[in-house]
Amino acid sequence: MLRTFRIGGIHPPENKFSAGKKITPLDLPAQVIIPLGQHIGAPAKAVVKKGDTVKVGTLLAQAGGFVSANIHSSVSGKVNKIDQVIDASGYKKPAIFIDVDGDEWEESIDRSERYIKDCNLSSKEIITKIADAGIVGLGGATFPTQVKLSPPPGSKAEVLIINAVECEPYLTSDHSLMMEKGKEIMTGVTILMQAIHVTKAVIGIENNKPDAINYFNELAREYKGIEIMPLKVQYPQGGEKQLIDAVMRRQVKSGALPISEGAVVQNVGTAFAVYEAVQKNKPLVERVVTVTGKGVANPCNLLVRIGTPISKLIEAAGGIPENTGKIIGGGPMMGKALVSADVPVTKGSSGILILSKEEAKRKPVYDCIRCAKCVNVCPMGLNPTFLMNLTEFLDWEAAEKNNIVDCIECGSCSYTCPANRPLLDHIRLGKGKVMGIIRARKS
Amino acid sequence: MILIAIISLGGIGAIGAGFLYAASKKFEVYEDPRIAEIQDVLPNANCGGCGYPGCPSFATACVNADTLDGLFCPVGGKDTMARVASIMGMEAGGADPMIAVVRCNGTCSARPHLNNYDGAKSCAIAASLYGGETGCSFGCYSYGDCVASCGFDAIRINPETRLPEVIEDKCTSCGACVKACPKNIIELRKKGPKSRRVFVSCINKDKGGVARKACANACIGCGKCVKECPFESITLNDNLAYIDYMKCRLCRKCVGVCPTGAIHELNFPPKKEKPAEVTEKTNQKQ
Repeated sequence: MLRTFRIGGIHPPENKFSAGKKITPLDLPAQVIIPLGQHIGAPAKAVVKKGDTVKVGTLLAQAGGFVSANIHSSVSGKVNKIDQVIDASGYKKPAIFIDVDGDEWEESIDRSERYIKDCNLSSKEIITKIADAGIVGLGGATFPTQVKLSPPPGSKAEVLIINAVECEPYLTSDHSLMMEKGKEIMTGVTILMQAIHVTKAVIGIENNKPDAINYFNELAREYKGIEIMPLKVQYPQGGEKQLIDAVMRRQVKSGALPISEGAVVQNVGTAFAVYEAVQKNKPLVERVVTVTGKGVANPCNLLVRIGTPISKLIEAAGGIPENTGKIIGGGPMMGKALVSADVPVTKGSSGILILSKEEAKRKPVYDCIRCAKCVNVCPMGLNPTFLMNLTEFLDWEAAEKNNIVDCIECGSCSYTCPANRPLLDHIRLGKGKVMGIIRARKS
Repeated sequence: MILIAIISLGGIGAIGAGFLYAASKKFEVYEDPRIAEIQDVLPNANCGGCGYPGCPSFATACVNADTLDGLFCPVGGKDTMARVASIMGMEAGGADPMIAVVRCNGTCSARPHLNNYDGAKSCAIAASLYGGETGCSFGCYSYGDCVASCGFDAIRINPETRLPEVIEDKCTSCGACVKACPKNIIELRKKGPKSRRVFVSCINKDKGGVARKACANACIGCGKCVKECPFESITLNDNLAYIDYMKCRLCRKCVGVCPTGAIHELNFPPKKEKPAEVTEKTNQKQ
C-alpha cells in the first residue's frame, strides 16, 4: 500500500502532455522584465540604476528584510528603466527592465558541465551562499530558502523532506528536471541536509512518475541517508503539511510550522538550485517552465531566464492556439489567470497552461445542496461551505474560530462542488481579512 | 371540591407572584428611561453610520455623554439630533450633512476592457485577485459591493456606464458603501448648499500618460486645477488632484480647466456660456 496524506484530497485528470520531453533552453529575448517582488515577504531593493551595464548573475536588487531574497540579472545588457509592470499578481509592481546585449556571465560563475559531488562547507557558509544566490522555494510558494533553513531557536530538524510530488495536473517541470539532473539534485539534497544538520532525507515522488522513482532509487545507493518514497497520486500532496503527513505520518498542528514536527520541506527544483548556488556559484537566474495545454501544438519543458515575457515561451510551444480562453500562470488547480501574455517569468513560475474557451468557462452557480463533498475533500479538515457563508456574512470572528487561516487555497472544494459554488474565491477573501485582523491585534 | 382547587392553585399563584416580585426588586437593573425615549426618536435603521453598532448603542452613548458634540445620527440628520438634544436637555452637536460621492468616472466608453473576469461577482474577491478588467487598476469593478452594502437602496449601478450612482434623496451618509468598496472609490463629502458639490471623480495615482491610456476620463495630475483654484483647496499628491471640501467655495473654475473632465460639478444651474458641455456633464453624473 502506497502512502498518501490521510485527510481529504482529490484526483483530477493528470493530463501530463509534456512528460518525457527534454528540457530545451529558450533563446534570449530582446528585453527582460525582472520584478522586484518575486518572493513572499518584503520586495527587494534595487541596487542598479538606469543605464548600468549588467552581466548574467550581477546583483540587481538586495533583499529588503529578513524574509526577502536577492535578485540577480538573468541576462547581460543595459538597464533600460525601473518602472511599474503588471506581473502575475495582476497588479502593477516595480520591475527592472534590461535590454539584452550578448550573453556575458559573471566570472565567478562556473558554467562548465563538470559535476561536483563533494561539499565541505559548514552549515553557516551554505546558508549564506544560498541567501546570496537569492534562492526561493521553486514549488510556487517562493518562500526564501535561507529563512526555512534557519529554524527558530528551540526547534530542531529531524528529517529533510524533498517535495518531488508535482501533484498539479499538467505540470512536468520538476519531473523533467529530475530525469536530467538527478545527480545534481541528490548533491543538492545532501547539501541541504548538511545545512540543517540532519542525517535523514526522504524524497517523496508520486507513483505516476515510475521512471523518476526507478532512476532515483538507483542514485540513492550512492548517497548516504536519502530514502526514496513513492506516494499514491493524490492532490494536494505537494502541500507542505500534506507531504509531512504522507511521509512521516505526523499532523502539523493548526498555526504551527513544519519544524514543530521536526520536518523541513524543500522542493526538488530548490534542491537543484541549491546545488548550482553552492557548487557552481550560480545565482537563481533561470528555471524550468512547462508550457502546456490541450490545444498547444508542442507542449514542452523550457529552460527560461527569469524575466522573459511568457509570450516568448508560448511562441516556442507553437504559439497561442485559436479558441484560447485563458492563460494560466502555474497549474490548473492553484494557478492564476494572467492578464496578458507580456507578464514576465518569475522565480515562482512553474508552468504556463493554455485553456480553451470551453475549458476556461465557469459553470453557472447553483444553491448549496449540503452534500458535504467539499468537507470530504478538504485536506485541512475544514468545512468550506460554512467558511464561505461566514465570509459572505462578514462574520470574521466565527471564521477565525473555524480556522479559516488554515486554508491552503488548494481549490479542492471548488473543484468538487456539484453546484459549482465559488468556495475558494470567498474563503481566500475571508482568510485575507482574518489574517489582517490577527496581524492588527498582534501589533 | 372546586373550592380546594381554587384555594390551592391561588395559593401557589400567590407564592409565585410574591417570589417574582421580590426577585424583580432585588435583581432590578436600572436603565435610564431616556435611552428608550431616544431610541424612539432615532430612525432605528441600525445602519452603524453613527459609528456605534446599532441605534440602542447610540442611544446609550448619547445618555452617557457629557455633550452631544461628535454624536451625530447621519440618517436622522439635524432634526433627529435636535429632538435627542431636547430629551437630554443639551445643545445639539452640529455636523454638516454629508453624502456619498463616487470618485470614478471611467465609463465603458472611456475605459476599454482588456480582459474578462468570470469569477465570483464581488468587487472584494476581484480585488484580491487582480487590478480589474481595464487598464486602470484603481477604478470601479462594477460588481456592486456598494449596492449590496446599502441598507437604504440609495446606490445603484448605471447599466450604461457600469458605474455606481448615488440617489441623493435616499443617501443617509451612513458610510456602509465607503467601507464596502475595496478600492476606496466612494468618499463621504460635505453635501454642500443645495447639494452643490465639486469633486475630482478619479483616484488613479498612475503617471499622467499611463492613466490617460487606461482611461480617457482619468485625472492625469497636470496640476492646472491647483493653479486655477483661488482658495488653495486643491492639492496634488501622487499624480492625483484632491479637492478639500472644507476649503472649496464652489467657484467651479477648476471644472473648466480640467483637460480630461475628471472634475465634476453637481446640481449647479447650467452655465450660460457653454450650455452644451454642462448638460453633457450633468448627464454623465449621478
